[in-house]
Amino acid sequence: MGDILSKYDILGAFGLTVYLAVFSAIGSLVLGTLVAVMRVSPVSVLRLLGTWYVNIFRNTPLTLLMVFSVLGMTYILGLNLDPSDIKGNATRWAIVMLSIYHAAFVCEALRSGVNTVPAGQAEAARAMGLTFGQSMRHVLLPQAFRGAIAPLGSTLIALVKNTTVAAVIGVAEAANLMAVIIENETGALAVFVIFAVGFVILTLPLGLLFTSMSRRLAVKR
Amino acid sequence: MTEPLVVLKDVNKHFGDLHVLRDINLTIGKGEVVVVIGPSGSGKSTLCRTINRLETFESGSITIDGNALPEEGKDLARLRADVGMVFQSFNLFAHKTILDNVTLGPVKVRKASKSAAEKRGMELLERVGVAQQANKFPAQLSGGQQQRVAIARSLAMEPKVMLFDEPTSALDPEMINEVLDVMVGLAREGMTMVVVTHEMGFARKAANRVVFMADGQIVEENEPEGFFTAPRSERAKDFLGKILTH
Ligand SMILES: Nc1ncnc2c1ncn2[C@@H]1O[C@H](COP(=O)(O)OP(=O)(O)O)[C@@H](O)[C@H]1O
Ligand SMILES: [Mg+2]
Repeated sequence: MGDILSKYDILGAFGLTVYLAVFSAIGSLVLGTLVAVMRVSPVSVLRLLGTWYVNIFRNTPLTLLMVFSVLGMTYILGLNLDPSDIKGNATRWAIVMLSIYHAAFVCEALRSGVNTVPAGQAEAARAMGLTFGQSMRHVLLPQAFRGAIAPLGSTLIALVKNTTVAAVIGVAEAANLMAVIIENETGALAVFVIFAVGFVILTLPLGLLFTSMSRRLAVKR
Repeated sequence: MTEPLVVLKDVNKHFGDLHVLRDINLTIGKGEVVVVIGPSGSGKSTLCRTINRLETFESGSITIDGNALPEEGKDLARLRADVGMVFQSFNLFAHKTILDNVTLGPVKVRKASKSAAEKRGMELLERVGVAQQANKFPAQLSGGQQQRVAIARSLAMEPKVMLFDEPTSALDPEMINEVLDVMVGLAREGMTMVVVTHEMGFARKAANRVVFMADGQIVEENEPEGFFTAPRSERAKDFLGKILTH
């Protein structure tokens, strides 16, 4: 076992997992917020686009999106995100696809958060002359985020685990390395446990953090 | 009457099949206080909401200080800033402190500096008697205090006219007067006000005119004393009979 730990760069692989998770989390939060704003906007075309976005990406398997990114976008359409390095291209596409996929869930979490805000507050904001953007920014979204911390937490935990899907396009994150080790070494069970514990170490504190935040930041009504 | 400030001409509005505003003609002069009264469902809230375009209408015209209400967009937002609105359910921003509730509009809409808005905000909170609570959150205040904050928030925009939609209906009885007192004070200082309320005491003390609505129409208009003691229409007699027997 010590043998495995010294022979393979497990920490490095988890480092890449964290890297994927952090950038995809930022990407999906930004994109998901944008789509959520579209879904509650007064412009019907934007609402429709937002609805389509959620329905398409929430219902497409992430593995499909991953494979499509490299096979479809890079090989067929020639969209290479890092021409100097095949691995770099795959990593960047993985972040893009993870962001796009989880944005759909972020959007829905935020929309449930918007629904925790009494409609009267949006009316009061409009009545005092705030524009749609200003009411979103100063009245609705801050409360929506705070009302959606629990579902947002679940989404981000799922995201951390879903980074493993990037293994299918050869990104050398934790699951990818695990497959390599299991193939080359004996004692598959021990290897499996090491990696499982690794993920628990990443996600458990995240869960605790979000639970305590959802309690602390709840808007008193 | 003084110079007209809010003018509604032949305003009609439907909710689907329901004809909720029927040929509404109403002119409110500068500094005038108009109380709107009428049975539940007669269209009083819709009238208020239509005046600042929280609801659209199909025909007729509404002007505020000579300006027609623009379509949705930035111009409308600007015009709305001139029309204050106080709701039955207060609608304070739950995640902001009392002071931040009062300064948000001036800073974001009127582009006032933060310090000027806070100074003015504290003056207004002082005036409605909740300055002590400036750093608390809405949920920590009583209903009467919240409604007074809502009035201060509205006043902070320096509106030309204020609309009140049943401002005391959601309050416990012992808190009604603290809100009405603030409103009477405003009326005395010359604020133009449209007030939907069944508080006859307020109407008698502060209103220049009572407008009685039923089924989406203005049925009768009169000065308060005349309206309450000698209503002319059957609908008004019937309505007053119902609310006066208690
Ligand atoms: N958004 C809406 N959609 C459909 N009908 C509505 C809506 N708002 C109000 N109404 C109806 O319009 C009528 C007038 O309502 P409202 O203006 O609230 O009356 P009031 O304030 O005098 O009690 C009622 O019959 C009500 O059910
Ligand atoms: Mg009403």
